[in-house]
Amino acid sequence: MADQTPTNPWKRLLALPNESRGKTLFVAFATALVCTLLVSGATVLLRPIQTANRAAETQLRLEALLSAIPGMTALLSSSESAQLSTVVIDLPEGRAAQEITPETLETALLDTGNWTALSPEQDLAGIGTRPDYAQVYLLRDGAAVKLMVLPIAGAGYNGPIEAMIAINGDMETIAGLTVTGQSETPGLGARIEEAAWQQGFAGTRFRDDRGEMRFAVARGPATTDYEVDGITGATRTSTAVTRMVRFWLGPEGYGPLIDAVKRGEF
Amino acid sequence: MPPRPALLRTLKGPLVEGNPVTVQILGICSALAVTTSLDTAVTMAVSLTVVLVLSAAVVSLIRRHIPNAIRLIVQIVIVASMVIVIDQILQAWFFEISLRLSVFVGLITTNCIVLGRTESFARQNPPLPAMVDALGNGLGYSAVLIVIGAIRELFGAGTLFGLTVLPLAEEGGWFTPLNLMRLAPSAFFLLGGLVWALRSALPDQAEPPETLPPDVPEGR
Repeated sequence: MADQTPTNPWKRLLALPNESRGKTLFVAFATALVCTLLVSGATVLLRPIQTANRAAETQLRLEALLSAIPGMTALLSSSESAQLSTVVIDLPEGRAAQEITPETLETALLDTGNWTALSPEQDLAGIGTRPDYAQVYLLRDGAAVKLMVLPIAGAGYNGPIEAMIAINGDMETIAGLTVTGQSETPGLGARIEEAAWQQGFAGTRFRDDRGEMRFAVARGPATTDYEVDGITGATRTSTAVTRMVRFWLGPEGYGPLIDAVKRGEF
Repeated sequence: MPPRPALLRTLKGPLVEGNPVTVQILGICSALAVTTSLDTAVTMAVSLTVVLVLSAAVVSLIRRHIPNAIRLIVQIVIVASMVIVIDQILQAWFFEISLRLSVFVGLITTNCIVLGRTESFARQNPPLPAMVDALGNGLGYSAVLIVIGAIRELFGAGTLFGLTVLPLAEEGGWFTPLNLMRLAPSAFFLLGGLVWALRSALPDQAEPPETLPPDVPEGR
């Protein structure tokens, strides 16, 4: 390669000794440039498919959650007036957000001003900061809210747990729960994904008549109306679910919204 | 270019005799993490093989122009880019499996096998032998992953590729799954057993002991 004297500047560059400063910088920049193009190209080209995948997954879990709730499929198919609607909620106010729609929610949540930092005492779920807006699903029959599906999240044993919890129209009992994302120990904590365990949530009360939060994942089988069965060998994951549900259904989470619905103001 | 038998030897060498996992004990981190079921093991094996072959090809193509001072960085950047592209493809077209592989696809970047092959083989050889060597190593890694994944899924859940093979006791069959098989330690045990079995069958693979047992006279 170095035998003839190259005239083309590209060839002259390639013919430089590998250890020269110019060649080193050139190879570094060229590699970085090509790799950048490759990675950005793949990300940009494939993003629409990935977003669609994620949305489909969430939709699937939501449908599975609804169909697992006794009587819900019948209500959805029989009643003309029963409709599942998507609403963005202003969490601290406990009412529908004024300016943010499901389409603009993602953009709004990029703004750190729309997040509230939690003090350690408030932060039961271990999430650090909480968004001020959240997208929930409401099932109404006429004007009455029959069911509310709320996305919740918290810190699990190995990583974040994301779930959706459905609350019955009485705003006191849980109708169901589905886990949409988790990285707990396979075979132990990861059993929170199993339908058999999630069925235990149906009909569980989360607060008592005085309005006090009582929900818990039991250690072992559930003994009261406020408990669901614990998972053997997954105490940390069970505790994480308890704290997560308590946080999100409590005053720092959807509490204001639940109260508003209960008063019939929503 | 070496003649064909040499290429074949390059391909077959790393399958059993010089298997990167059982002989060199490389890349075992991911081999332990993704083998809870067969389909994740196969996806991981295919991903690693593709990344390995592509990286070896690219590194081998530009091997005369990689300055020695920055060669590791150049190689890692190439490998990392390949991994990100593969990860994006998995998330787009194999979404279910990518959910279960989670972070481990990204960790192919730091898999010792990939950097090991680009550094020790692809950097000194033309593209074709480099790719054949990469393919051989990828298949060697795949073989171990598939064996361990099959054993763990079969005894941990009674299924293979999600299809019931051993009917579970809780569903009316006779098989009680071994929960241990779904946890990381079982992969260590299986890998250890596999290495032991291979080295007993092929004594060439056994390393000489680093320390010799003290000479104890008989008949104490």
